[in-house]
Amino acid sequence: MTTRGGHDISSSTRKEADSIEKSNNQRVVITGIGLTAPNGNNLAEFRHNLLAGKASIEKIQTHYMGEVLAGVCHFDPLKYQKKKELRRGTRAGSIAIYCANEALVHSGLALTSLDRSRIGVYLGITEHGNVETENEVFGLKQYDYDVKYWSHHHNPRTVANNPAGEVTLNMGITGPHYTLGAACAAGNIGLIHSLQMLQLGEIDLALGGGVSESIHTFGVFASFKNEGALASHAEPNRACRPFDRDRNGIVVSEGGCVCTLERLSDAIRRSATIHGEIVGYAVNSDAFDFILPLAQRQAECMRLAMKKAGLSPNDIDIISSHATGTQQGDLQECLALAEVFKDAAHTHTNNTKSYIGHTMGAAGALELAGNLPSFSDHTVHPTINIDNLDPRCNVPNLVIGKPAKVDRIDHIMNNSFGMLGINSVVIVKRYDGR
Amino acid sequence: MTREKIRSIIVEVISQILPDEDLSNLRGDIRIRDQIELDSMDFLDIIMELRKRYGVEVPEDDYIQLASLDGAVAYLEPRMAHL
Repeated sequence: MTTRGGHDISSSTRKEADSIEKSNNQRVVITGIGLTAPNGNNLAEFRHNLLAGKASIEKIQTHYMGEVLAGVCHFDPLKYQKKKELRRGTRAGSIAIYCANEALVHSGLALTSLDRSRIGVYLGITEHGNVETENEVFGLKQYDYDVKYWSHHHNPRTVANNPAGEVTLNMGITGPHYTLGAACAAGNIGLIHSLQMLQLGEIDLALGGGVSESIHTFGVFASFKNEGALASHAEPNRACRPFDRDRNGIVVSEGGCVCTLERLSDAIRRSATIHGEIVGYAVNSDAFDFILPLAQRQAECMRLAMKKAGLSPNDIDIISSHATGTQQGDLQECLALAEVFKDAAHTHTNNTKSYIGHTMGAAGALELAGNLPSFSDHTVHPTINIDNLDPRCNVPNLVIGKPAKVDRIDHIMNNSFGMLGINSVVIVKRYDGR
Repeated sequence: MTREKIRSIIVEVISQILPDEDLSNLRGDIRIRDQIELDSMDFLDIIMELRKRYGVEVPEDDYIQLASLDGAVAYLEPRMAHL
């Protein structure tokens, strides 16, 4: 056998090449990112505003409660949907369609060149169907709750796979699609599941991430309020304040982030731009409480993810924290971080919710995406809205108020935790061509 | 309500349900589905709108009579004449 140069290739070299190819078949990279956040409708805009400290929270009206604070996305849904699709579908579906199309465009791939039966759509959701059910019940009130006025669209709008299914309808994808219900850890889990399906060879391309439409139901606001966990502030953009002494709860937001994920071998073959490689992940359960988080299990989850990646705390350059701005939640995560990273002198921590609130099912993927450009711009975006740092939240190298310039960023750890004690951690590595 | 009024109401309802469609050349004597992309869920939307707006009930067995614009007007005229 001869090489391209016409020389004999030794058996050992061939074996080495085969081994690398096989290894690359098991390595999964992010090659495209599509997102909508309250402060940006693509990665460049989102990143720009994260570095500029620009938050985007507004007052909206919700059924029964009146004015509440929320993060609202302002993408153009008609960029990828017909008006009829928009009328028939859900907000989560529309967000998912926008993000999935943007993710593919960002990856440089065209649907026409792909085998659509080999694409999987895996989207994390905190919940789905509450919005549609609540709005239907609200509308039914004017008909004295006569159910003959109940919409025949309610079923397809509320099935749990709706947002992912709408993506396949819109894009003509015939591979698998479903959502992953994982409370506020769901965005990470959409990415993890995508990686696993690629490693198993079930698909050749994944559109994975998370979406949320929760601001369109009063229930999420009312429930957080009655738990004493809904943020309030005279200035909306200052309402979400993780790690601040005076933080008073969550700002609920909508949003979405879908990544194009491929096996490294495929990405190299087509000379794709690689935004990062998922090298570690973990999911575990607190088995402790319905809503209260638990530092011990969160710490275990971070360690598990690092173990899978073959990394130690010192290797992590940025921790994208989950902290939502609640007294208990932030404290538990800080306890976990302080314990796991006590000897990691250069590890920086930041937080995205301080800008955009809690995008629920989208949060994990969205918050990770906003940090990925740091691999190339060597900058850690800050956490904003900290006027008085809670001394109990004084984790080492918490980046506050201003971006931090660093020499090099190789690994980002993205934390995402949710109710019923679900914890998820994803670690992404800068791809350096090896 | 006159036949012309009923016809314009039906077209207006369809335009809400199918906002991407051009209805300016919709013929009355040909099945609506043969002229525009109207599926069974869209058709149920028409039935629902007639129910919500005008209290008109169309039993399932009668759906066939609303297949064309002319058929729909003829069917609805006696049911909407008092409106």
